[in-house]
Amino acid sequence: MTEQARIRATGPRAQDRPLLQVRGLAKTYGARIGCADVSFDLWPGEVMGIVGESGSGKSTLLNCLAGHLAPDRGEVIFDTRADGPRDTVTMPEPERRMLSRTDWAFVHQNPRDGLRMGVSAGGNVGERLMAVGARHYGDIRATALDWLDRVEIDGGRIDDRPSAFSGGMQQRLQIARNLVTGPRLVFMDEPTGGLDVSVQARLLDLLRGLVRRMGLSAIVVTHDLAVVRLLADRLMVMKSGHVVEQGLTDQVLDDPQHGYTQLLVSSVLQA
Amino acid sequence: MKLMIEVRGLAKSFTLHNQGGAVIEVMRGAELAVRPGECVALVGASGAGKSTLMRMIWGNYLAAAGEIRVGDTDVARAAPRDILALRRETLGYVSQFLRVVPRVPTLDVVAEPLLALGVEDDAARDRAADLLARLNLPERLWSLSPTTFSGGEQQRVNIARGFAREYPALLLDEPTASLDAANRAVVLDLIEEAKARGAAILGIFHDADARAQVCDREIDVTAFAPRAA
Repeated sequence: MTEQARIRATGPRAQDRPLLQVRGLAKTYGARIGCADVSFDLWPGEVMGIVGESGSGKSTLLNCLAGHLAPDRGEVIFDTRADGPRDTVTMPEPERRMLSRTDWAFVHQNPRDGLRMGVSAGGNVGERLMAVGARHYGDIRATALDWLDRVEIDGGRIDDRPSAFSGGMQQRLQIARNLVTGPRLVFMDEPTGGLDVSVQARLLDLLRGLVRRMGLSAIVVTHDLAVVRLLADRLMVMKSGHVVEQGLTDQVLDDPQHGYTQLLVSSVLQA
Repeated sequence: MKLMIEVRGLAKSFTLHNQGGAVIEVMRGAELAVRPGECVALVGASGAGKSTLMRMIWGNYLAAAGEIRVGDTDVARAAPRDILALRRETLGYVSQFLRVVPRVPTLDVVAEPLLALGVEDDAARDRAADLLARLNLPERLWSLSPTTFSGGEQQRVNIARGFAREYPALLLDEPTASLDAANRAVVLDLIEEAKARGAAILGIFHDADARAQVCDREIDVTAFAPRAA
């Protein structure tokens, strides 16, 4: 088989419709702007980074997208498996909760916010499976073991509680718990924040591999430009609740157009 | 024959918002074309705009005006998604800098362009191993991250990655700069082979002998400087 033919046979399928379409999204806290007038499309298999300093509205935006916060205005249209594109803002709460257990995943900066610290590692992974209907104990444990292996946690630790894990291991466990149900869209809030640089690199490598193998789309909020350069295909820069610039990641970092982005890029020691 | 890379009326300026909004015009009216099977060298003194032009074709510098056609894509106007597809399928780039996730083994760094296209892991790693062997990178280094390698070793990793996939169009930024004679010869062979299979290549070579050996034409970017216009 020629290289081209092999690529056509095994390569990612061309997708003709965005997985997520965001239109005019806005959220205010009283008179203060959380985020305003945010619009973008995210395509299957794409990773989008959102950068900006603390208070720029990036976490507010992420929480509005993921259904953790109700936006004041705008649409978040997700291409659901069953019914095609649906606005998740106006969708009934039970449906949105179901989405967040199945097709969506949310990786918190602090693993303690995304894990149940009193439950074993295997239980943390198995719980999300049970939430979507898995009942067979042996299957659940086998799947949990498989996922611990994929995130490079020794299977011998399956019955340990996450409180006995290092920060990096807890973060990898949180990722396993989130990805075990095969989501199509992952929201990540500073996934490598608070980790040692060497642990960060390991986690980045892991995330990139998972994104590629599972064909995931992801939205990653971070203030670390080096992380987005390695992880994100596209980049959105936020300041005071507004998107000031967006584009291809290396274009935004190498040839920033907005004064704020220029400041951000030139302030970094080495991105 | 159909052109593979075609640049028309390309202009570039930088606006420095944090330095009083100074606008620096660096290029105007740039024109070039590369046919399949052809290797064209960009020449001109340092600072004349060779790398700037190359980066605009790669898409990490925005064009102020003009067209940049690579295959069927106008990089100057394409959406990020289309440029990503172009880089995955059509356009390769060997830059002077290696930017990788620190922990990833060299073999996987080189195989990545193939893995991104969905080529099987084993086939992709076999191809990566062939190239690394050809470029005389000791096998004991393949399982290590290239971040701690010497300049010449990193460059060979970059070259192997750029040639892992048989791209129809290829940008080469100083591909022989820090290589010894033996490896330089390997790189020139790789370029000749890519030309023979029909790749359109645009390169920057300070090495005049290398340029004379593999390039069919030279384009002096000094002609695209705004003051000359």
